Amino acid sequence: MSAPSPAPIPASPLSLRPDGPVEIVPGIHWIGALDPGLRSFDVIMKTANGTTYNAYAVRGTDGVAVIDTVDRACAAEFLARLEAVARYDEITVLVLNHLEPDHTGAVHELLRRAPQAHVLVSPRGMQILRALLGDEADRYRISAVKTGDSIPLGGRSLRFFTTPNVHWPDTQCTWVEEDGILFTCDLFGSHYCDGRLFDDLVGDFRFCFEYYYDRLMRPFRSFVAAALDLIEPLDIAVIAPSHGPILRTRPRDYLRQYRRLTSPRFADAAGTDRSLLIFYVSAHGATGQMARAIEAGAAEEPGVRVSLFDLEGGEIAPFIDLIEGADGIVLGTPTINGDAVRTIWDLLVTLGDVETRGKLGAAFGSYGWSGEAVRLVEARLQALKMRLPEPGLRVKFHPNEADLDEARAFGVRLAQHLTGRAQPREIDFADLAAR
Amino acid sequence: MDKATLTFTDVSITVNVPTGTRIIEMSEKVGSGITYGCREGECGTCLTHVIEGGENLSEPSALELRVLSENLAGKDDRLACQCRVLGGAVKVRPGG
Repeated sequence: MSAPSPAPIPASPLSLRPDGPVEIVPGIHWIGALDPGLRSFDVIMKTANGTTYNAYAVRGTDGVAVIDTVDRACAAEFLARLEAVARYDEITVLVLNHLEPDHTGAVHELLRRAPQAHVLVSPRGMQILRALLGDEADRYRISAVKTGDSIPLGGRSLRFFTTPNVHWPDTQCTWVEEDGILFTCDLFGSHYCDGRLFDDLVGDFRFCFEYYYDRLMRPFRSFVAAALDLIEPLDIAVIAPSHGPILRTRPRDYLRQYRRLTSPRFADAAGTDRSLLIFYVSAHGATGQMARAIEAGAAEEPGVRVSLFDLEGGEIAPFIDLIEGADGIVLGTPTINGDAVRTIWDLLVTLGDVETRGKLGAAFGSYGWSGEAVRLVEARLQALKMRLPEPGLRVKFHPNEADLDEARAFGVRLAQHLTGRAQPREIDFADLAAR
Repeated sequence: MDKATLTFTDVSITVNVPTGTRIIEMSEKVGSGITYGCREGECGTCLTHVIEGGENLSEPSALELRVLSENLAGKDDRLACQCRVLGGAVKVRPGG
């Protein structure tokens, strides 16, 4: 006698797929796709709940606008939902708020079926769209839109807000004023797949909302703040992002949450002082000696608060929070096996999680044979778009008194670059050849 | 060789350069926050604000004009990978 078959597992709401399009308000529908099985997004995020690719259809009396599409693997699901709310010959506008592949995977097929659609992207989206469409670009009507531009649909209109670098250069938001619906693409998104779609119906997605900000938006904190400046005055009833729940319950709470997330993690304890952080790793004490001399020199400059940390004594994450609010960082590492030490690299890699553009950076360290570490650290700091006004300081073996004097002077000059009191220097082209 | 000066205010350095030098050739070497991306005038990463001496820079190409426009650049912004210093004094800082 065979064992009885196990009872079927009831479908989870995560896997319940809406049969067709989902109405947000009459005439405006969600026509996206669900991807509950996704467990890693863009290699940089875990997605325990999968994700959704949200696209929308907005009907006016003169035509239909499609806002964003979906990942290529979900194109059929998207097109089926679109066909349930509009004929292809009714589509007058295709808005692409952002051109990453997970939102443009159905663009080719949609334009083949609706070649009359006027494609609208942000100014920075133009070059990506040309690359995406290749030779097909000439077949379609394509325009750039920016803040202040609007397109009538008949009874409804689309207004555009250029909100660059949240989290790609091309990002923008689209606003339907008549219904108070703001289509934000990745802004306000969550990787959270739940077929019930709306924030008041889905499961607890709060950590996904903040995790998404941390991984995708945090490195662009000032741009997110600028985007909030643009959209906060709107009378928003619904925030319709391109991933995760549609936010219709107290949408201003989500705006406030983003404001909080864009604020520095630590209150500004330095007041009006500029903040300079020195981190070091020292194998035999030599780089540590240099660090303390640099600290002493920088502390001589009024208006600069200097802090010194032995990197091996702490966790990386709180240091990253501290750096996010600092004006400058100085990193000290010995050269071991021709490289900076692993702890320094751990910090440098993680710095990509926060906004570093424009901060002051510098490197220093002791070495025995070749001293490559300082240059390698400087290259990484430049890649993080920091300014490096002082060439790195290297000392062979332990620093002597003259070396320590130079380290103190190095600290003074770095601090002066923060206060605007640095002495202007003039150098010749030929002197830079060796750099 | 004709000379010009190129000042990067974010690192307080003036470089005496041969005429014809591209800004990006110097900005990396002096540690300026004017950084590069594609180096081909496409990505706009090296957007540079010209504080003084814009008249001493080469005229923007059609490609540079298009990228500046698509990046909503101001009238005093240029791409460091595209424009050359032709003489005199030029003063710049990172744009964007």
